[in-house]
Amino acid sequence: MTDTATISKGSDWGYAPAPESTDHIRLKDRYGLFIDGKFTPPASGKYFKTINPANEKVLAEVAEAGEKDVDRAVQAARKAHDKVWRKMSGRERGKYVYRIARIIQERARELAVVESMDGGKPIRESRDVDIPLSAAHFFYHAGWADKLSYAFPGKKVSPVGVAGQIIPWNFPLLMVAWKVAPALACGNTVVLKPAETTPLTALLFAEICQEAGLPDGVFNLVTGAGATGAALVKHPDLDKVAFTGSTDVGKAIQKALAGRGTKLTLELGGKAAHIIFEDATIDQAVEGIINGIYFNQGHVCCAGSRLFVQESVEEEVIAKLKARMETLIVGDPLDKNTDIGAINSRAQCDRINDYLKIGVEEGAELFQTRCSVPGKGFWVRPSFFTKVAQSHRIVQEEIFGPVLAIQTFRTLNEALEKANNTPYGLSGGVWTDKGSKIFKVTRGIRAGVIWANTFNKFDPTSPFGGYKESGYGREGGRHGLKPYVELT
Amino acid sequence: MTTGYANGTTTTFKIQPHPVDEVGIKERAARLATRSIKKSSKIEGLKLALSMIDLTTLEGADTPGRVRQLCAKALHLHSARPDLPLVAAVCVYPTMVRIAREALKGTPVKIAAVATAFPSGMNPLEVKLEDTRYAVGEGADEIDMVISRGDFLRGDYGRVADEIAQVKQACGRAHLKVILETGELGTLDRVRLASDLAMAAGADFIKTSTGKIQPAATPEVVLVMLQAIYDFHRKTGKKIGMKPAGGIANSKQALHLLVMVREVLGPDWLTPDLFRIGASRLPNDILMQLEKERTGVYQGVDYFSND
Repeated sequence: MTDTATISKGSDWGYAPAPESTDHIRLKDRYGLFIDGKFTPPASGKYFKTINPANEKVLAEVAEAGEKDVDRAVQAARKAHDKVWRKMSGRERGKYVYRIARIIQERARELAVVESMDGGKPIRESRDVDIPLSAAHFFYHAGWADKLSYAFPGKKVSPVGVAGQIIPWNFPLLMVAWKVAPALACGNTVVLKPAETTPLTALLFAEICQEAGLPDGVFNLVTGAGATGAALVKHPDLDKVAFTGSTDVGKAIQKALAGRGTKLTLELGGKAAHIIFEDATIDQAVEGIINGIYFNQGHVCCAGSRLFVQESVEEEVIAKLKARMETLIVGDPLDKNTDIGAINSRAQCDRINDYLKIGVEEGAELFQTRCSVPGKGFWVRPSFFTKVAQSHRIVQEEIFGPVLAIQTFRTLNEALEKANNTPYGLSGGVWTDKGSKIFKVTRGIRAGVIWANTFNKFDPTSPFGGYKESGYGREGGRHGLKPYVELT
Repeated sequence: MTTGYANGTTTTFKIQPHPVDEVGIKERAARLATRSIKKSSKIEGLKLALSMIDLTTLEGADTPGRVRQLCAKALHLHSARPDLPLVAAVCVYPTMVRIAREALKGTPVKIAAVATAFPSGMNPLEVKLEDTRYAVGEGADEIDMVISRGDFLRGDYGRVADEIAQVKQACGRAHLKVILETGELGTLDRVRLASDLAMAAGADFIKTSTGKIQPAATPEVVLVMLQAIYDFHRKTGKKIGMKPAGGIANSKQALHLLVMVREVLGPDWLTPDLFRIGASRLPNDILMQLEKERTGVYQGVDYFSND
């Protein structure tokens, strides 16, 4: 061993700012609604501002759609469905979906930068995850458009009709892709409402539909907040509603649709159990924990927000987790080296801070990294709680932020029992080097997606969705086509 | 495991298996490679990397003339840039240590010698120890030994550890770098085990490769070894050094290595005392990049001396 006393001091070498350039971004000052192939002003003349959560600067004004606008959009979608899209052969429809995928790839850099500006997520993620996956969803579904009879052998496959789709702010463009790609591929037309804090990439997507020559009315976009969404759900001429968002809103939508023939799929909240066994590859498991809860500032419905560590490795896992967390770079979402960006909105930031207070009041022990955060904008340092129990609210409720609740367990059965002791059932994770244990755990957890020795991996070929209060219906894969087809 | 020494003593090494997930390691290494190193950070990083290089010639055709030229390069990296640091060491075969010693006299550049029947290690222990003592006697400051991969792959870890411990004794005051030759070990689990074994047996540095076998210092191998060093430090408080070698030819690779060291082990390890890069072609690529940063244009290869 080198004599410690003679080792010279290590260099303080670090990373200079490496901001992604924004010169090429051309945002309009004001965006209208996209109805029947054209951008049009809202009937009310009302607009709202969308800001950059990293510096609170206004990026653009966006139209607020009311009932009249929603009605116009649904009518346009109905007309396009009955007159054009439904009649078109699958092979022709596939060409349009494919073209959209190609244009997303071509405009990837622009889309990534706008996604980070409007939503606060680090450019590394929008560039490497959100945008490539969005394109992948369109490519995947383009392939299905003329092969639907193979997806459902022995059945006659026809479109459902007009779909009203409401998406959240955590993966703005990716959620557009998850919703729109299967709908279009199966011959449905769409009225989409993006989240009010992140409408910009959906608006750019409307431009992409124009560029792709998509027939007028096949894709319509109504921007606005909850009232716009409610107006859309209430519209009597929808055949199908798809919603991704909070469980409370999901329940309200289900109530609104009760007694109607409208099909519904819900992808709601989650409180995933992430289980680390003593025979896991600990360093990679720590990386999995990081990806599980600090990916996208924890604004992920399938985030691994409840960590269960086998007691014999608790000390090592927590020590390594702390050390790894201190290397996370928090700050400017447009810096290529940023790991954790801004919290999406002031409201969400307040909500997360409330939960941090609640956790401390409940008697849990809070750890936060020592990083500094910018003065302007909305930020929460990567955090976790130890000394928590199933009875604590921070374990039961979805926080939707970079906050992890850590518990320990002694046996596999105890881990499973605690993992299932939640109203949610969207996702889960397990780390062990032993294959048989993986199968035991994955069979034992009631959740739609369970990752083994990895976390937060997404692929258009893989169905995604929940159990219990995490919703129903699947998106992606062959299962994801089903909500958008009638089988006879 | 327990191992017997030639002098009759025994030592117990507590080596716990520490499994490694290959997919996860590759992902993490790839993510670290996306760090964007620009402007001042690039210049400072490249200078730091220069100061960590073990400038190496290990050919059967090495002659005193060749070694003197290499030492001249070590002392005069680029005459137009006297502001640059010197490399950390030159690395040669034992018979060339004396030549290097004379050429580098009075300079801070250290002399590393490969020993223990480099590169195969296929000689009896006594020959390996004698090889080591010879190199140290000739004036080597550092010894780069190879582990017996055959013994390791047979599962005779005790013998491997025993050899390392004895070579360490034979080194006297010279620092010992233990080459695992990861390209011959087959799995990352074994890379981890060999790292743990070498550190427990007395290595001052662990080193990836001889440079004679591919693959050599791949990012995933380097990452596994850095994590082993991290754990060893966590358990014992001892700081072990790391030396990737083999196939590191360009500046981007060098900066990626620094990023890995910084984010896994922390800034304490960013010193030539704890991190070295074994290379022969790397210095000129770094010089080319540094001159580009200074002048704004790339210069041709013939504007950099090639020894």
